[in-house]
Amino acid sequence: MTDKTILNDHKMTARNVSVWYGAVQAIGDVSIDIDQDKVTAFIGPSGCGKSTFLRTLNRMNDTIASARVEGDIRLDGEDVYAREMDVVQLRARVGMVFQKPNPFPKSIYENVAYGPRIHGLASSKADMDRIVERSLARAGLWGEVKDRLSDSGTALSGGQQQRLCIARAIAVDPEVILMDEPCSALDPIATAKIEELIHELKGRYAIVVVTHNMQQAARVSQRTAFFHLGQLVEYGQTSDIFTNPREERTRDYITGRYG
Amino acid sequence: MERRVRRRYAAERRFRLFGLAAIVLSAGFLLFLLVTMMANGARGFVTTEVALSIDFPAAGLGLTPDRIRGPGGDLALAGAQLDAVVDRAAAAQYGAIGPALFSDGADTIVRRALKADPRLAVGRVRLWLPAASDVDTAAKADGTPLAEKRAQVLTDAGQLRTGFNWGFLSGSDSTDPTAVGIWGALKGSLLTMLVTLALAFPIGVLSALYLEEYAPRNRWTDLIEVSINNLAAVPSIIFGLLGLAVFLNTFHLPRSAALVGGLTLALMTMPVIVIASRNAIKAVPPSIRDAALALGASPVQVVFHHVLPLALPGILTGTIIGMARALGETAPLLMIGMRAFIATPPGKLTDPSTVLPVQIFLWSDEVSRGFIEKTSAAIIVLLVFLLAMNGIAIYLRNRFETRW
Repeated sequence: MTDKTILNDHKMTARNVSVWYGAVQAIGDVSIDIDQDKVTAFIGPSGCGKSTFLRTLNRMNDTIASARVEGDIRLDGEDVYAREMDVVQLRARVGMVFQKPNPFPKSIYENVAYGPRIHGLASSKADMDRIVERSLARAGLWGEVKDRLSDSGTALSGGQQQRLCIARAIAVDPEVILMDEPCSALDPIATAKIEELIHELKGRYAIVVVTHNMQQAARVSQRTAFFHLGQLVEYGQTSDIFTNPREERTRDYITGRYG
Repeated sequence: MERRVRRRYAAERRFRLFGLAAIVLSAGFLLFLLVTMMANGARGFVTTEVALSIDFPAAGLGLTPDRIRGPGGDLALAGAQLDAVVDRAAAAQYGAIGPALFSDGADTIVRRALKADPRLAVGRVRLWLPAASDVDTAAKADGTPLAEKRAQVLTDAGQLRTGFNWGFLSGSDSTDPTAVGIWGALKGSLLTMLVTLALAFPIGVLSALYLEEYAPRNRWTDLIEVSINNLAAVPSIIFGLLGLAVFLNTFHLPRSAALVGGLTLALMTMPVIVIASRNAIKAVPPSIRDAALALGASPVQVVFHHVLPLALPGILTGTIIGMARALGETAPLLMIGMRAFIATPPGKLTDPSTVLPVQIFLWSDEVSRGFIEKTSAAIIVLLVFLLAMNGIAIYLRNRFETRW
């Protein structure tokens, strides 16, 4: 990587970002800053473009042939969409956790070790063991699985699978972790564990959480962005958004008028 | 209300009955095929031999153990008129019909016996030699009344015996049904299948991977997709004509060779493998691709670390279906000259050879009664070959299958 010139204290910046699927505009003119030691929540009704925007941050939209991104997205001042930006390196720096837990149909150990292996992060077997243990411990899963690391990752419960996916994302030592509705397929207890985990991971990684659940946004995040119909309606301190929104649409949404 | 419930149950029962009937019917057909094939073919694996006493010194061949062992021994054996010796000995032992009791290939057995044990040449020996075709069929109770009576007399005198026909498993085609073997055709099939697999599998799987994972969706890929689907439905004889025109007439590859047969069958098998592989690749959940990509895996790593291993069981199943079809294929191979009479097993890919189904076709066309059972026996060998291939496929599929 080139030397990182930090222009400001924002980890990622997005300026005037629009995304098109073919002729349909999914999001328009979104500008947002994501800070290093904060949790940023994206809220909004279904289909408002919050997941689409999240996926532009690590260029996962590249896999959709018809998707087109306009605008400027920077990670530590580097243009994410620049020609010389290597997508593989970018995704190693900006990890992602998906809505539905998607562990590989391999052992728990292999699930976590896969990322470090393809990026050559471990120099020996012992080194890899350390990375796997540390990642699982940070994801709060080590105690539950340390005796059955060779079991299949798909044999775990839904909540455990999701934490395994978080451990897998942590293992490559990313700078930013994007979470796309990480709790929507989980029961309340598993959800509470993930939220706790987000609290613990804050500070070590910049975290962006997309969520349907406004209480969750209020609980885990310091910054909240409200999306509606592909537009960023309001972005600010979570406490301000929930207690004193500037926009009427935001107020209507968080008071449950629609969405 | 009650009537509707009753009707529902009746419909349920009826449907189950139809399903059961379909299963019983198809199992019955399968059983019928297997039983008739086994009954006919089992005889093909049995050989009939008649005893013959030969007095070598009296035959005046001038063969001594030292001459057979020494340099030029093979030449001396080849030059000896052993067929005449057999005829004379047979006439001496069994009268005028004696020579007709023995197969035309009997002298090769005598020659082989002399070579294996040259000391036989100094005295009078009793050898078991293959019986002529009509004696052979008569001994299996399927001959003419006259031949059957003769066979009965020989059996009663202890001069006739039956045994497992090892020569059928190790020999090649012959004009004499008692001397034919299946090994030549079996080896030809093996070599042909090897060429087919080596070409069709990698090309088919790589095409499928490219089309599914890399190719952009546009008019060209649509056209390719339609063409591949059409290719899979083209009658196989057309592929034979293509092979004839391209491999023989343009590239001047050797006629009747396993190489050309394999190339032709590879053309036929490839679309099947492409279609099966694409379906298997499509069935890999996109979430796995997303997971790997989000970890920073390159597209090639995603394909080879995740997609291919998960799709492999399906790909292998499709490949085996394609290969099984190729193994049973006759028509395209007739076009490229693999219907020739091949009396020696092919040693390499460019040697003239034949394959099992063509051999079956050729034998079924023969006039001599002795070929009927050989045809059935060859069908059994072909079926065993097929079952072995399917067995390997099931083993591989279970080995690579991922438990979710």
